[in-house]
Amino acid sequence: MLMKRRDFLKAGAAAGALASLYGCAGATKASGHVVVVGGGYGGATVAKYLRMWSEGSVQVTLVERNANFVSCPISNLVIGGSKTLADITVSYDNLKSKWGIRVIQDEVGAVDSAKRSITLKSGGSLSYDRLVLSPGVDFLWDEIPALKSADAQAKILHAWKAGPQTVALRQQLEAMKDGGVYALAIPKAPYRCPPGPYERASLVADYFKHHKPRSKVVILDANEEIVSKKPLFTKAWSELYPGIIEYRNNAEVKDVDVASKTAILEFDKFKADVLNVVPPQRAGSIAAQSGLKLVNTRWVDINWLSMESTNTPGIHVLGDAVFLAPGMPKSGHMANQHGKLAAAAILNQLAGLEPNPAPVLMNTCYSFVDSKNVIHVSSVHQYDTATRTVQPVKGAGGVSAVRNEAEGTIALSWAQNIWADMLA
Amino acid sequence: MKLLTCVSAFGLLLAANAALAADPNLGRNLAATCANCHGTNGKSLPGSGIDSLAGVPKANTLQKLADYRSGARTATIMHQIVKGYSDEQLDLIATYFAAQK
Repeated sequence: MLMKRRDFLKAGAAAGALASLYGCAGATKASGHVVVVGGGYGGATVAKYLRMWSEGSVQVTLVERNANFVSCPISNLVIGGSKTLADITVSYDNLKSKWGIRVIQDEVGAVDSAKRSITLKSGGSLSYDRLVLSPGVDFLWDEIPALKSADAQAKILHAWKAGPQTVALRQQLEAMKDGGVYALAIPKAPYRCPPGPYERASLVADYFKHHKPRSKVVILDANEEIVSKKPLFTKAWSELYPGIIEYRNNAEVKDVDVASKTAILEFDKFKADVLNVVPPQRAGSIAAQSGLKLVNTRWVDINWLSMESTNTPGIHVLGDAVFLAPGMPKSGHMANQHGKLAAAAILNQLAGLEPNPAPVLMNTCYSFVDSKNVIHVSSVHQYDTATRTVQPVKGAGGVSAVRNEAEGTIALSWAQNIWADMLA
Repeated sequence: MKLLTCVSAFGLLLAANAALAADPNLGRNLAATCANCHGTNGKSLPGSGIDSLAGVPKANTLQKLADYRSGARTATIMHQIVKGYSDEQLDLIATYFAAQK
């Protein structure tokens, strides 16, 4: 370990050169104004981490249409009846008071990427050095024509964005007579939260089992098979809910009859007492309106070193709106990880440096199969220079061996900790 | 103080792996991938039942991770997650958390 003085000096000079390259010597420090659109799992995380990691030297404005954060993960427990909307609602106050983020409750009218400014629907505009869009998903109502009107959407619910629809679906289930049928339509993948529909079916079945035992859950899945954790869901349904859950594959809902709560499939119809349609999805419309390159006309094409749009420099996109890397789910957990990757990249870029060339992302999705037992899926994703994307690490990640109550406790702890990681 | 942190981070990076020595905040960035469950900077919510990692001596964290990897310590999920990171990355993560107060 002894170094000759000459070698030591050489090493010191090399470290010094690197230090100045990366601004450690204080030569460059990130500064500027970042506007974040959307305060969900991606947007809230990038806002907080930009402020925390820059030690306040970068200004951050968060534009969010809702007054509070309402979590999609755990919202199926509200539908199942073991949690309330208040349990999954978190204020943006800490982002304002503790982290010094300007939070504006509004929607974006338009993005001018050339002038680096956005207009707000209520009037006024904001200029930015870097823009982060974390708009989540919009629904493709054209693919279920009868659901285009607001009136129809108030009767046949999606409850795929947590909030009033979550509560309304719970009320429909409570109002349903014993012996009724709840039908859940699942769109073709990719959609937000791959295991989410199967968790919802499980929790509604759990509610029926204890409160309306003659009722049934029918899953109309547009996919060929269960998209996530198939063996664990199948086992839970046959052991916990025999005769309650009926699963139909290749059952794509093409339209509905609102008045009779009937799902219209290609060659068949299905009448329900409570019809819950999760529509096909694409990136929030602000992405297409901003001129960002989309893949398959739906999802934003990004550079995985910075989460930056491949055709519009200066605009970063996070979460469910992006065209995902191989094996990556559209999940809240993953959106939070996107937020941190983007925050690190943006701070480097604002200091005149290249983004970290070796980013890592990881994911965990917990699903309840009843009010206490949980199954998980996990994965780790490392940047691969050859394919210029993040790739799942072979041999890492996996699913629960069996459903278990220990993970039921951990899943609720996960929620508390990730909400704090974003918002506290 | 800031400069010192930087210099020691460089020393570690240069020693650990030249290929990974590109970004001086690599340890911070890698540790942030743990924060969803283990809390921002490794400080999980008290009573949440998920371990805080902040301030834990590096050797303890690395031993725990090695035991998850080998199966010597059972887990619900960490045995799967630990296999997604290289030894150099785990070293950087454990170093970062050990330095958190």
